[in-house]
Amino acid sequence: MNFGQILAQLAEGFGLTILLFIITLALAIPLGLVVSFCSMSAFKPLKYLTKGFIWVIRGTPLMLQIIVVSFVPSIVFNLPNKSIAGFFGTSMANVNFLFCVIAFVINYAAYFAEIFRGGIESISVGQYEASAVLGLNKRQTYRYVILPQVVKRTVAPVGNEVITLVKDTSLARVIGVVEIIKSAQNIVNLTVNIMPLFYAGAFYLIFNGVLTIILGRIEKKLDYYKI
Amino acid sequence: MALLEVKNLKKNFGTTEVLKGISFSLNEGEVLTIIGNSGSGKTTLLRCLNSLERADSGEIIVDGKVLFDGGTVAKKQESADEKLRFGMVFQNFNLFPHLNILRNITLASEIKAKKTLKIGYNIINGEKLGIKAARKKKKELKRNLFGAIETRAYELLDRVGLKDKAKAYPCQLSGGQQQRVAIARALALDPEILCFDEPTSALDPELTGEVLKVIKGLKGCDTTMIVVTHEMNFARNASDKIIFMSDGVIEEEGTPEEVFGNPKSEKTKAFIKQQE
Ligand SMILES: Nc1ncnc2c1ncn2[C@@H]1O[C@H](COP(=O)(O)OP(=O)(O)O)[C@@H](O)[C@H]1O
Ligand SMILES: [Mg+2]
Repeated sequence: MNFGQILAQLAEGFGLTILLFIITLALAIPLGLVVSFCSMSAFKPLKYLTKGFIWVIRGTPLMLQIIVVSFVPSIVFNLPNKSIAGFFGTSMANVNFLFCVIAFVINYAAYFAEIFRGGIESISVGQYEASAVLGLNKRQTYRYVILPQVVKRTVAPVGNEVITLVKDTSLARVIGVVEIIKSAQNIVNLTVNIMPLFYAGAFYLIFNGVLTIILGRIEKKLDYYKI
Repeated sequence: MALLEVKNLKKNFGTTEVLKGISFSLNEGEVLTIIGNSGSGKTTLLRCLNSLERADSGEIIVDGKVLFDGGTVAKKQESADEKLRFGMVFQNFNLFPHLNILRNITLASEIKAKKTLKIGYNIINGEKLGIKAARKKKKELKRNLFGAIETRAYELLDRVGLKDKAKAYPCQLSGGQQQRVAIARALALDPEILCFDEPTSALDPELTGEVLKVIKGLKGCDTTMIVVTHEMNFARNASDKIIFMSDGVIEEEGTPEEVFGNPKSEKTKAFIKQQE
């Protein structure tokens, strides 16, 4: 296999990794915001249920969660994964990828929720009171006063999670999703050439390098005021 | 008839009685200064007026309209299109740090204007103009509405002497300047009664003057004001009426001459003496 062929083979894993990353981020951030509001709810049962959920998700390994999610349909609902694939007219690989997305979104939503909760609770009560005496309702207060400030306060910890997510995508292989490391390993097994693993490593470095630059730009853009 | 009437307002925090039946009235354009030792319930009174706190019983009547009657329904001080009754200037300014000075002042008006804009758009839609004409008319309406808000904001900034700071952020201003912006922000919605809770207490002594001057300047503009302050000179010179609060009751009230010149209560005498 020459370099071009190896890269072409790696591309499959590369694509799945990026796809998992983007979908997780796009869904887990809004879901995390919803979960954070639930964890601060004045309705006690919802609040404690949400806190319990966050405790379980953050207290157990993501790998375990991926495996559990993949077993839920067949064991809990008696729906073998094969029949799901058949129902949607798609491959088992796609169904496994879907399980991964579900597990990742739930896991990252819990982490983001905690970050957002911290950010929201760090805004002083004076901001709410100033909004109230200006006639803003609750929704308007969050939309125009609280959340824009939360964005600034949480961009650094959210950035850390984003970088971690890039590396966590490698866990998808536990249910057979051929993410980039798995696809590199397949090539190594085939060609007895260790280089693909280094290419995979380079992929992570470059990907995270780009993300670091983007996150830095965002932080700088939000630097127009001090707290 | 008085603009503001407060009748037998009571408020407890748990078992502590903080307001033990406060009654007073205030005419349009008058400046009421509330003085008293810390812990006497001055802030709580202002917070009850501004609906930041819900009183337990009593009545708050503005312009003949009952805003609060202690019943189960504490009316929202402002239901969107209704006029704002009370404005509030806080001890710690509470400006919005992520918005520049101009936006701090215009934000609430703009949010309100969005509702008006929607109504306007619906009317234009009903007129069945061509797409282009309708779009043009909508644009114009929007420009007029938001333009008027901005013009007003600049007027207010001029009034508090900060026109050149419109594009600055709160963190770039001194405490005195921030408080003047907070005053402009409160004025932007034309509240009928503007409340100040120790507006100069968080400021360095050399900065209190500029803020007090702005507040005094509002007097000429028919603004009805309630000012809680420890600045006795301000109380003496700028108010039409003084209330001295002590332990959740109005210990004494009257004109500055009456309260400062000839206090009746021993507590008032002691307080004034201690302030001098
Ligand atoms: N949210 C609250 N919970 C419990 N007690 C309060 C609260 N707010 C004020 N108090 C108490 O009410 C009393 C009056 O407070 P306040 O109205 O702030 O007085 P002032 O503004 O005259 O200094 C104080 O004893 C204070 O401790
Ligand atoms: Mg106070």
